[in-house]
Amino acid sequence: MVRQRAEADAKTYGYHLNPDPEFLRNLLEGLKQNEERYGYPSCPCRLASGKFAFDRDVICPCDYRDPDVEEFGACYCALFVRKDVFEGETPLLPVSERRPLEKQVRAYGVRTEAPAEKKVESAVTATKESSEIRLKLWYCKQCGYVVFREDPPYICPICKAKREIFAEIRIRADALG
Amino acid sequence: MKIVKVPGENNKHKVFVYALSTCAWCKSAKQFLKDSSVEFEYVDVDLCNEKDKEKIREDILGRGGSLSYPTIIVDDKVLITGFRKDKLRETLGI
Repeated sequence: MVRQRAEADAKTYGYHLNPDPEFLRNLLEGLKQNEERYGYPSCPCRLASGKFAFDRDVICPCDYRDPDVEEFGACYCALFVRKDVFEGETPLLPVSERRPLEKQVRAYGVRTEAPAEKKVESAVTATKESSEIRLKLWYCKQCGYVVFREDPPYICPICKAKREIFAEIRIRADALG
Repeated sequence: MKIVKVPGENNKHKVFVYALSTCAWCKSAKQFLKDSSVEFEYVDVDLCNEKDKEKIREDILGRGGSLSYPTIIVDDKVLITGFRKDKLRETLGI
């Protein structure tokens, strides 16, 4: 099931799945395990919180896949790779994390009491704030694609426009009446 | 926190691995250390309770690391983010 979904998605977006059969098997097994324990297939190589709203951006295929494959030749967990990586022309190296720290720490900060350690204060503060995730409507000024998420996508899934092309749709109260 | 010790002949260095039970890079890193007969300890962070996860976050960030797995700490001072064979070979002399 996870394999078919990944294969279909790779085909749609012109990617390849990891060429190492053992590594690929481990990734798909990890996705399956996450789907079983959380109810959704979050990235096997990232710590999930188990709360859908906090993990939405790392549900496979994650929000970071397209820019990561474009820049590094593979997504963070390396399930999806570019053609030159698949064919062995470009070596596959670990991909550095593009997900912002304030989103990463959501998987750790389930408790909200003040920590004794000062050094991670900023991270914990971010966690507290994240308990109220604000979803917004964004539209692609190039093709009109509309998405209801915390942030606009890095790359428009329809026309491949960059994130900067997206604008927020603000609904005015007088427009509703 | 369930810390698992993997014995090995090469025990010159103290090697500790923060890993995820589902992560393919972590599995490769553990296998690489085993194949190199390196003695190490690991903990699968996703299987820890919330209190331990907080401690782990504080430990990794406090050492200047990032919350990526595997995070490998050698001799309590060198931190390697991700499965980097080159860095492991250099640090462990293997």
